Amino acid sequence: MIELQNVSFAYGTKPVLRNVSFQLDQNESVVIMGPSGSGKSTILRLILGLATPDEGQVLVDGANICAMREKDKQEIRKSIGMVFQDGALFDSLTVGENVGYYLIEHTRWTWQEIEAKVTEMLGFVGLDADEIIDKLPEQLSGGMQRRVAIGRALLSTNPKIMLYDEPTTGLDPQSTENVLQLINKLTRERRISTIVVTHQIADAFNVSDRFIVIHAGEVAFDGTTRELRDSKDERVAAFLAPFKSSFTGVAEREFLNS
Amino acid sequence: MIRSLFGPPFYFQETLEQMYLIGIGSLYLVVLTGLFSGQGFALAFSNELADFGAKNYLGRIMSISIVRELGPTLTGLMIAARVASGITAEIGAMKSSSQIDAMLAFGIDPIKKIAGPRLITLLIMAPVLTIVCDVIAIVGAWVIAVYISHVSSTLYWACVFERLTFGNMFFGIIKPVIFGFIIAVIACYKGFSSEGGTKGVGQATTNSVVLASITILMVNFFVTKVIYPYIKGYL
Repeated sequence: MIELQNVSFAYGTKPVLRNVSFQLDQNESVVIMGPSGSGKSTILRLILGLATPDEGQVLVDGANICAMREKDKQEIRKSIGMVFQDGALFDSLTVGENVGYYLIEHTRWTWQEIEAKVTEMLGFVGLDADEIIDKLPEQLSGGMQRRVAIGRALLSTNPKIMLYDEPTTGLDPQSTENVLQLINKLTRERRISTIVVTHQIADAFNVSDRFIVIHAGEVAFDGTTRELRDSKDERVAAFLAPFKSSFTGVAEREFLNS
Repeated sequence: MIRSLFGPPFYFQETLEQMYLIGIGSLYLVVLTGLFSGQGFALAFSNELADFGAKNYLGRIMSISIVRELGPTLTGLMIAARVASGITAEIGAMKSSSQIDAMLAFGIDPIKKIAGPRLITLLIMAPVLTIVCDVIAIVGAWVIAVYISHVSSTLYWACVFERLTFGNMFFGIIKPVIFGFIIAVIACYKGFSSEGGTKGVGQATTNSVVLASITILMVNFFVTKVIYPYIKGYL
């Protein structure tokens, strides 16, 4: 479904990804982890065709998105839902306009028809439409913003794949739990393939049992929960080390010491 | 960006919204600029002309200097200061918060959606605001001419209208169209190319205003220099 083949990418002269390869099959979930600045989010941008690799290729359903014209990329993007870091909601639009953005831009539906879809979608992501549909994103909590962003992605595309960029970063435990439940609901009930980028292990093992660890732009690890815990790779150990000693990362310590 | 002017989708509502924000929003600035610069110039010129006994030509000089040079340039600089900074900061903030990427992900061309309406707006509103500035400056100068320099009101307006020739008005309209284009292109380019979060957006905004202002002053000279020989007969 998605395959990265020997992908290298640099921002100017600064290399970000080096020879990255992995594959995601249909109905599969994977968590991409790694320290900040390791190139995790760049991988999502490459999959969406928002950036072009310097070397290698990114295949979506067998088609190389890197070689496509913008118009063809837009067709591919219709099957990919993207939840950006911090939601990336349009701050000058209301929640309703954000969630219905795609329909407003690409259809001739009336606002009443769009509003009905938006209300339904907000309900699906666990939000009360009557309460928030006319609010601006800044008036919502971080957790609500992420759920609105998920709703927008679902209503904008007919996703076979969902990409989440740090979906729980900065959220309180309750909001984190709500967002993770929603991700799992989508993955299991709608059988959507999922890529979650995060640097929080506790979240990672809540949404998948396959992990990819990116270190200095390279794939340092690609395997299951057990393989991750038992990995002798120094780079993986270096990434996991802070969680073992962290007093705040209770869930991470339980996982790593189990 | 230029291509965004042609071909669907057309963002009429965004363009109208920008016309209100940029046009109506800049009106007070342009009115104040026109009023005080017109009066300041009139005061300075009338004193100098009085030394030669040529005070009655004040309307003529004001008409030429305001319509041909002062109005377009000052309006261009004011729009650059107010609008270019706003456009660059808005686009830069959208970029740094991934809203531009989100647009692309949802099949929207951000150049067409964001830059297109602003370019069209500036191409239309820069000349309109310049005309407002010209009128206010000439009226402001009339106050000085009549009540301070004691020039006949009838003579002042006769001199003003005498110099409102096709050539002078052509200069006065073509320049703001070019300045509007310059402001839109620089402001949008600086916004879309901003890097480095909040600090980067701040730098891009400053650079946008500085570059647009300097470019307006330079282009004003070259437009005058290039067009003058062709329009000389109509001045």
